[in-house]
Amino acid sequence: MNAEPIPAISAQQIAGTAFGHDEALVEVRDLTVRFVTRETTVHAVNGVNFSVRPGEVLCILGESGSGKSVTLRAMMRLLPPRRTRIEGSIAIDGQDVLALDKRALGELRGGLVSMIFQEPMTALDPVYTIGTQIAETVLRHKGGSRAAARARALELLELVKIPEAARRLDNYPHELSGGLRQRAMIAMALSCGPRLLLADEPTTALDATVQIQVLILLRRLQRELGMGTIFVTHDLGVAAEIADRIAVMYAGRIVEEGPVADVLRAPLHPYTQGLLASTVHGQSRERDIEAIPGSPPDLRRLAAGCAFAPRCGLVQSECHAAMPEPRYTAAGRMARCVRITQAALAAAE
Amino acid sequence: MSATADQRDIGGPAQPLLIARNLAKHFAARGASKSARVRAVDDVSFTLFKGETLGIVGESGCGKSTLARLLLHLIQRDSGELIFDGEPVGAPRGITVAALRRNVQMVFQDSYSSLNPRMPVQDSVAFGPFVHGRRKSEARRAARDMLVKVGLNPDLFGPRYPHELSGGQKQRVNIARALAIEPRMVILDEAVSALDKSVEAQVLNLLRALKQQFNLTYLFISHDLNVVRYISDRVLVMYLGRVVELGPSEAIFIQPLHPYTRALLGSQPSMDPAHRIEQPPVTGDPPSPIDPPSGCRFHPRCPFAEPVCAQRSPELGAWRERDSHVAACHMLDPASGHSKAMQ
Ligand SMILES: Nc1ncnc2c1ncn2[C@@H]1O[C@H](COP(=O)(O)OP(=O)(O)OP(=O)(O)O)[C@@H](O)[C@H]1O
Ligand SMILES: Nc1ncnc2c1ncn2[C@@H]1O[C@H](COP(=O)(O)OP(=O)(O)OP(=O)(O)O)[C@@H](O)[C@H]1O
Ligand code: SF4
Ligand SMILES: [Mg+2]
Ligand SMILES: [Mg+2]
Repeated sequence: MNAEPIPAISAQQIAGTAFGHDEALVEVRDLTVRFVTRETTVHAVNGVNFSVRPGEVLCILGESGSGKSVTLRAMMRLLPPRRTRIEGSIAIDGQDVLALDKRALGELRGGLVSMIFQEPMTALDPVYTIGTQIAETVLRHKGGSRAAARARALELLELVKIPEAARRLDNYPHELSGGLRQRAMIAMALSCGPRLLLADEPTTALDATVQIQVLILLRRLQRELGMGTIFVTHDLGVAAEIADRIAVMYAGRIVEEGPVADVLRAPLHPYTQGLLASTVHGQSRERDIEAIPGSPPDLRRLAAGCAFAPRCGLVQSECHAAMPEPRYTAAGRMARCVRITQAALAAAE
Repeated sequence: MSATADQRDIGGPAQPLLIARNLAKHFAARGASKSARVRAVDDVSFTLFKGETLGIVGESGCGKSTLARLLLHLIQRDSGELIFDGEPVGAPRGITVAALRRNVQMVFQDSYSSLNPRMPVQDSVAFGPFVHGRRKSEARRAARDMLVKVGLNPDLFGPRYPHELSGGQKQRVNIARALAIEPRMVILDEAVSALDKSVEAQVLNLLRALKQQFNLTYLFISHDLNVVRYISDRVLVMYLGRVVELGPSEAIFIQPLHPYTRALLGSQPSMDPAHRIEQPPVTGDPPSPIDPPSGCRFHPRCPFAEPVCAQRSPELGAWRERDSHVAACHMLDPASGHSKAMQ
């Protein structure tokens, strides 16, 4: 190990600079999440580190089963407590989330932090009108009069551009189209002015012409309200539309991280490179797409070493020894691959 | 079986494999008033040539799957005509529905529910040939061959049950199952949509290779425009049960004619953070196909709509030959009276 060229910047140098503790809204350190049953243990999240500054959008990009939703749910403590083992630390606005009691958690959820989902019906209650649900949330977290809460609900529906908002207040969720339901869920998530928005594929189920409307809306609201946002997606195009930074997840680990333009234009990790090459976008019809062979690993039996090694075209013996530690080519530009120093040096030449 | 003259090719190379004429299927709307109808497929016509891939795009609920099921006679059409290799389907002197289904197979998005969970996948693949008259041992051999063709080791994967396979592997089994009875045409209804990008690319490559090898014709349904562009020779765009545009793939993507097609293409994320989309091309959601808008069904969302658009339904234009590029918009019809109509 010690014969290796020194990475461009060490991890120690990074801490305390632009990504230091004082500024971070979110600070996740060494997060592991395992689901334990008598038969098996699923290693869903395996040592994840990231931070989010106020007003910043971090996109977690990854394929199905890579641990994106579990990471978000851990941050809201929404995982089934009995079967879930969580280790590491999660700090949101200085609060130690894993240590919060029930009451403090209730205040956190929907107050400081809000979450939106792919399927709005998981967040909306089918038996109450949209207006009632939003007003209730406002009352619970902010107090005040019923009339004021309802006025706030109307304001929020207008904020998310629901046409004829006053009439829609009295609609039940099932009376709204998919796009409007998604907007209503966003309105509810914003009702208490969260400083952090957790978004789990909120536009994935929407039609193309509706998805772009909701994405643009979210991007605008996030900027205007200065919300830190973690946006989970498996879609590179969606990440390109909304992210400031991207963290690429594979088998429960962040394997690459950096500013959105850098990650999409000059990916460092072979997995990210493969993902970009295998995403169909204007390739020649004459040739096959460069697909990544194989499929993601079984999280019940994770081998030591780089989890991508069995599928990687650049694999070398070192890859199987241990999961490569994060390596930085610039501040905030990280990848976990043994080849990074070589690649970074070559790029710098 | 394919390279030499195909015994099954009755009509000859110039005869389109499938012609759909004025197909319509309306459903009674659930929960709504008795008279309300879901116009799922409304007056849809197109021609599918031998050996081509025709892509079908359109948003959720526009009738893509209903159209697919009509083509396979999984549901009865209300009206219209279907001609397979020159023979009318289900007509007294035409081809029977059973014969049609020997020629046309389908692969769905939800690969799990279309495989029997209590059957090893090799038996699922062998089932088709067996039902279509092959001996058990022959059917089993055909299944093994086909598993090899889709890139699955039959000794390793054949005995497994569906839940023991990944999504991509299940979809390979589904493709093997569809091809095991040697169809001439395959309808792929969102067949790669549920797969991860890295696996989707593998399956797309496989589909292209198999098409060559078995001389297949594809109807490729997807909401992913990038994938459709890559795989299709021609593309048909649907909106609320109607065909709004039809033409060669590159023509559609480079020079879309219909405002809806343009909006759909313009809604695709850019993949480039330096060129983000700042304004959505259209606002609002697609309206309900229950009692859809009058005239041009896109008129409530169309930036170019004029009174004529709500009054009269635009014609698709004169489709003459394989490379014709046509769209149903009053702006393309000099006689429509639309102020932007090309004179
Ligand atoms: N409650 C649970 N019990 C056991 N395993 C779980 C549980 N929740 C998630 N998992 C497993 O953890 C892994 C990560 O799941 P997660 O939902 O985070 O994936 P994801 O990246 O969000 O994928 P997708 O894109 O499909 O939503 C998966 O293998 C999943 O099956
Ligand atoms: N058996 C049925 N009874 C009533 N309505 C139906 C039936 N089948 C389909 N529909 C309706 O017909 C319309 C077209 O549905 P279809 O499944 O063909 O759409 P699609 O284009 O395949 O959509 P998606 O992209 O979501 O798969 C929808 O409004 C649907 O609700
Ligand atoms: S016919 Fe009218 S409403 Fe329809 S697409 Fe053309 S301009 Fe728009
Ligand atoms: Mg998820
Ligand atoms: Mg469908």
